[in-house]
Amino acid sequence: MRLSLKPQPFLRSTRVHEVCGPAAFAFAALCAGKQAFWIREAWLADIVLPQGMEAYGAPSGILLARPASQIDALAVAEEALKDGAAPFVILEITRPLDLREGRRLQLAAKAGGTTGLCIIPEGMGSNAAETRWRATPVFDPDREDSTLMRWESIKNKSGTLGVWYVRWDPQTHHLHVVPPVGLQPGSAGLPE
Amino acid sequence: MWFPRLASNRVLRGCPSEPPFALIRKEGNAERIYCLNDPAQSLGLHRGMSLADARALCPELRIEPARPDLDARFLGVLRRWAMRYCPWVGREGEDGLVLDVTGSTHLWGGEEAMLEDMRAAMARAGVALRLGLGATRGAAWARAHYGEGADLAQLPVAALRVDTETVTALQRLGLRTIGDLQGAARAPLARRFGPELLLRLDQAMGAVPEPVTPEAESPHYATRMTLPEPIGLVSDVMGVTERLLKPLCTKLLAQHMGARRLMLTLRRVDQASQQVELRLAAPMRDAARILPLFQRGVDTVEAGFGIDMLRLEAVQVEPLAVQQIGSADHGADRLNDLITRIGTRIGLENIQRFQPTDSHIPERSFLTVPATHSLPASGWQVPRPRPITLFPPEPIMAKGAEPPARFRWRRMAFTTGRATGPERIAPEWWREDPAWASGLRDYWKIDTREGRRLWLFYTPQKPGWYVQGEFA
Repeated sequence: MRLSLKPQPFLRSTRVHEVCGPAAFAFAALCAGKQAFWIREAWLADIVLPQGMEAYGAPSGILLARPASQIDALAVAEEALKDGAAPFVILEITRPLDLREGRRLQLAAKAGGTTGLCIIPEGMGSNAAETRWRATPVFDPDREDSTLMRWESIKNKSGTLGVWYVRWDPQTHHLHVVPPVGLQPGSAGLPE
Repeated sequence: MWFPRLASNRVLRGCPSEPPFALIRKEGNAERIYCLNDPAQSLGLHRGMSLADARALCPELRIEPARPDLDARFLGVLRRWAMRYCPWVGREGEDGLVLDVTGSTHLWGGEEAMLEDMRAAMARAGVALRLGLGATRGAAWARAHYGEGADLAQLPVAALRVDTETVTALQRLGLRTIGDLQGAARAPLARRFGPELLLRLDQAMGAVPEPVTPEAESPHYATRMTLPEPIGLVSDVMGVTERLLKPLCTKLLAQHMGARRLMLTLRRVDQASQQVELRLAAPMRDAARILPLFQRGVDTVEAGFGIDMLRLEAVQVEPLAVQQIGSADHGADRLNDLITRIGTRIGLENIQRFQPTDSHIPERSFLTVPATHSLPASGWQVPRPRPITLFPPEPIMAKGAEPPARFRWRRMAFTTGRATGPERIAPEWWREDPAWASGLRDYWKIDTREGRRLWLFYTPQKPGWYVQGEFA
């Protein structure tokens, strides 16, 4: 099964979503597509390597904002979501959001017609999030350059939860949903 | 107008005592005198003299390095001042001004009165001045340099603005004054010295016109408004800002420029002034787009008892060509506005883009440059898979050059499912980098059975294993 590059099929637009887990960066880079605003606090020492991102999408379309604190990061995210010039906004969260902050992001996304994605540490989800995903890489014994991942929807305000095994094809830029060994084939396919 | 001591006058202006003073400039290997003042000249020093000789003549000589750029600026200031006498003021060489005063002398009560006014003004300013008034530009130059009010025919040939070789040759021929030259036959002179000499002679006599080219004033991008009553509401300030922006943008449009940095100065009734700076992500001159960007800055202004003067200046401008309406890249404009708005909060340099650079070292294979001064880069060369996140190397317990079958990292146990590699990366020897002090690195991509795909490296010159990145 194939999915288009756009994040819309599984991330509802005009909403803010959350993702956690070791493959959260790949999930975010994959959703970012052509044009995105990536908000990362300046003190974070980890480097997001554009060459690594290249496999999942275009690093040239990424605008990186480095605010000094989470307060600034939230303000920048709200501004970017509300403006709508960049269709996708990625925000790295370092402390849990309260309901007010989460709700403000949702309203901003709704006003700007944009989609937001918060990369959260495990267990720091906000109640206001539309969906929450856990992305973990999975060992693939068959392929050497495999990007097999397990995407688990652990919160969904307007749909069902589920688990999908996906593999990203960097050559064709397509996301393949694969039925995992030992799982019923029925779970292949993403929510509408 | 000739300012024979322009450079030293510039430095010594306002200095009451006059010790021997000289500006020096390095020419070739020697330091030579570039400009000097009267006391120094009376001691026998002259222009072009080497500093060592000058020191021998006058041990207490004060020196300073010459700054021709500042001199040129000073001359520009004098040029602006000289426009009070007539509108046609041009530069004459590096230390002179030429004024076309035709028709404006009567405003000063005649030629003599005007010259007197110039002399008095320059004496007050402490700048040495020599004036020459003539019917032509050449005649005025000759009188300024070789004798004010002298008869042109009596002046030496050097007053014709010809080079020294020609002057020497003419003197050898016995032609010492301009009068002599006028009396001589033209054809042999033209054959001997070329057309230049006769052209200069004709220009001085008025046979060939030589216009004065006034310098164009460099445009000044600032507007101001003084209010009869102080204002204090944010909406009022924004309203005034809008009225200031419109003429400024019209001016920018006329000059094909766009503002990059704007400064709004608000003066309060109590004379305190506050400034709102706006740095734009791209050159802009659209008042309707710039105005909302000022909102955040104006909100922070403390109005006190009210603001009664506002001044808006485009501090930094960049050329911006006229664009066709409609077909313009609307998305890029919106994105630039967004960058500007966010930039007012976190600083424009904190909004970055990735740019590829030429380096094998993974941390240095890209740059993050401010988005305001770069375009989206293409051409990412990824010959081998690279991790998506990179962190400072974290050591793990393992031995040998082969990747470990089992290891612990961040308190998690991993079993190697597949190891891809090695990819050897050598440090850049031309760069001192403590992180690469351990020498060569053999990078392995380890697919663990637990799922996580890690980027490990082994340092053969200083055996050890490290985790540096994670693929997803």
